[in-house]
Amino acid sequence: MSSSNPTDDGGDKGPAETVTHVSGTGIPIRGNDIDTDQIIPARFMKVVTFDGLGQFSFFDQRFTDDDEEKEHPMNEDRFRDASVMVVNANFGCGSSREHAPQALMRWGVDAIVGESFAEIFAGNCLALGVPTVTADHETVSEIQAWVDAHPQETIDVDVEGETVTYGDTTVDVTVDDAQRKALVEGVWDTTALMGANGNAVRETADSLPYVTGDGV
Amino acid sequence: MSDGTLYDKVWENHAVTTLPTGQTQLFVGLHLIHEVTSPQAFGMLRERGVDVAFPERTHATVDHIVPTADQSRPYADAAAEEMMSELEENVRDSGIEFSDPTSGDQGIVHVIGPEQGMTQPGMTVVCGDSHTSTHGAFGALAFGIGTSQIRDVLATGCVAMEKKDVRKIEVTGELGDCVEAKDVILEIIRRLGTDGGVGYVYEYAGEAIESLDMEGRMSICNMSIEGGARAGYVNPDETTYEWLRDTDAFRDDPEKFERLKPYWESVASDDDAEYDDVVTIDGSSLEPVVTWGTTPGQGVGISEPIPHPEDLPEDKRDTARRAQEHMRVTPGETMEGYEVDVAFLGSCTNARLADLRRAARLVKGREVDPDVRAMVVPGSQRVQTAAEAEGLDDVFREAGFDWRNAGCSMCLGMNEDQLEGDEACASSSNRNFVGRQGSKDGRTVLMNPRMVAAAAVTGHVTDVRELPEREVDGEVEA
Repeated sequence: MSSSNPTDDGGDKGPAETVTHVSGTGIPIRGNDIDTDQIIPARFMKVVTFDGLGQFSFFDQRFTDDDEEKEHPMNEDRFRDASVMVVNANFGCGSSREHAPQALMRWGVDAIVGESFAEIFAGNCLALGVPTVTADHETVSEIQAWVDAHPQETIDVDVEGETVTYGDTTVDVTVDDAQRKALVEGVWDTTALMGANGNAVRETADSLPYVTGDGV
Repeated sequence: MSDGTLYDKVWENHAVTTLPTGQTQLFVGLHLIHEVTSPQAFGMLRERGVDVAFPERTHATVDHIVPTADQSRPYADAAAEEMMSELEENVRDSGIEFSDPTSGDQGIVHVIGPEQGMTQPGMTVVCGDSHTSTHGAFGALAFGIGTSQIRDVLATGCVAMEKKDVRKIEVTGELGDCVEAKDVILEIIRRLGTDGGVGYVYEYAGEAIESLDMEGRMSICNMSIEGGARAGYVNPDETTYEWLRDTDAFRDDPEKFERLKPYWESVASDDDAEYDDVVTIDGSSLEPVVTWGTTPGQGVGISEPIPHPEDLPEDKRDTARRAQEHMRVTPGETMEGYEVDVAFLGSCTNARLADLRRAARLVKGREVDPDVRAMVVPGSQRVQTAAEAEGLDDVFREAGFDWRNAGCSMCLGMNEDQLEGDEACASSSNRNFVGRQGSKDGRTVLMNPRMVAAAAVTGHVTDVRELPEREVDGEVEA
């Protein structure tokens, strides 16, 4: 997978696609505890599809009340084609809104490297085939500094090998086991996976007292 | 790994199989849906030509965008009307029960599930809403999911999950005067951090938790996610069963209640259960907690000084500096006296009958400060009806509060209830994120409902212990 153009609204990937590597230029978004209300303010969620959400990513950080651009990496020309976002700790905390990773993905983000991610956010990213890989504070800070200095150069996120390569440097990163397996083997379409187990589901349901109403 | 905890048991009971990813396919006992996060999931289902697998285990409400003033249709806000219409169509096509505003049962999803008895011990409960952790108060395993997972649950009745560790948080002793469940959870998040719970499910235990009513337990479990824990629970006990006995699910079917009770009892954590981590907090030492910053972890006791960023751990300093700048607070000072423009009593954290009763006792005979606009937004239509039957609406109205209809309202500002400009809000909600209440310059101070009432009448953050309570027509006893 290579970097996509932020102006095209990427939408969903095919359900069977494997995601072993993500390569593209980077964009640093600094700060701990960046919540999903910042990533996509609630007023942009008054929609019944995810189409077109990309333009609202970090809207209140990027624009004034008069819609003038503020200083923000996503407004800088040098980062406009970026596809690897580099963030700090507890990124995506707060609301469960999938609108947040949907907005980032539709802006052009194909992978996120960070110190840590909120669980629901990371799960939502996986459902979209967007890897969330982690490294310690020092490593992430170095990648952010490198991206700042080399906005036109490619970062390679190796999901399978759990490394990130930038310039001449390759660092180890962590990819959650289930996430790695799901992306590398292309088994992140959980609806299809689970839908194949209908009989077992019925069996489990029938064993539950509150489903059958029989008590224990 | 934990062993013998409620989490282990409920997990085991609902595990269907292990997926190729190593995740567990977990059966979902109750799937709650609302208008904001479900329409895209229904769209995905239609694209795949798949029907809802368990409509009878699914229940809908409308809460996030619903207007709390004029609810006549079509809604004045065209976007809200579109979302509502879409939900109506989806539930009608799929045969899903809907607590819509004409039913008298509508309300915030985490208020109506428990009040109708849908939420039960030993159940798995999911909803496309991070505050689904609320339902853990009943000894359910309950957590928020994203829209693609809603698609999974609609299509298969299951969710794919990895098992987490269990941290027991034991709150010992008796809570002091005017110290509420909200203060306990704000203190927990302050101590363990907003990401301290990542990878964990929280079990809340100890005397201070066990002596809470169900409303209090819900307030605590509700904010588990603010501490990074996707789920939190309290083991079911007599308090839980008493609540359930009087809900729609069991009121007219005591036999069903007796049939299920042994199951509920069986899922409680064993006395010798093993935990991955245990944290103990002395509940008797707590005082009302308010936030000074822009994450729920940035809290402080009402009589304590706001921390200097340089005294905080290095990774917290930048966030603290930015938060203090946004909030315009001064380190070294207390939050007492911080002027507020708005008082919001509502949200899935604190808008149940018990919350409104306590706040009403404080408001009775007092007046909202002339510079404050104050509103009460009951958590559900049933809460509203019950409160009105007790005359609480009159108490609030006479004091100068706006008494509104049920919904999420100003907790997240998706309807017309929003902060304007840089207004400061004393709020009983759960998130003080920048922009959360509808204005990117708005300032939110989280606190318990009585503290909100106190701030409304004084015009600034106030130690509620300094305001004597009043009786409301002799009816409002805790």
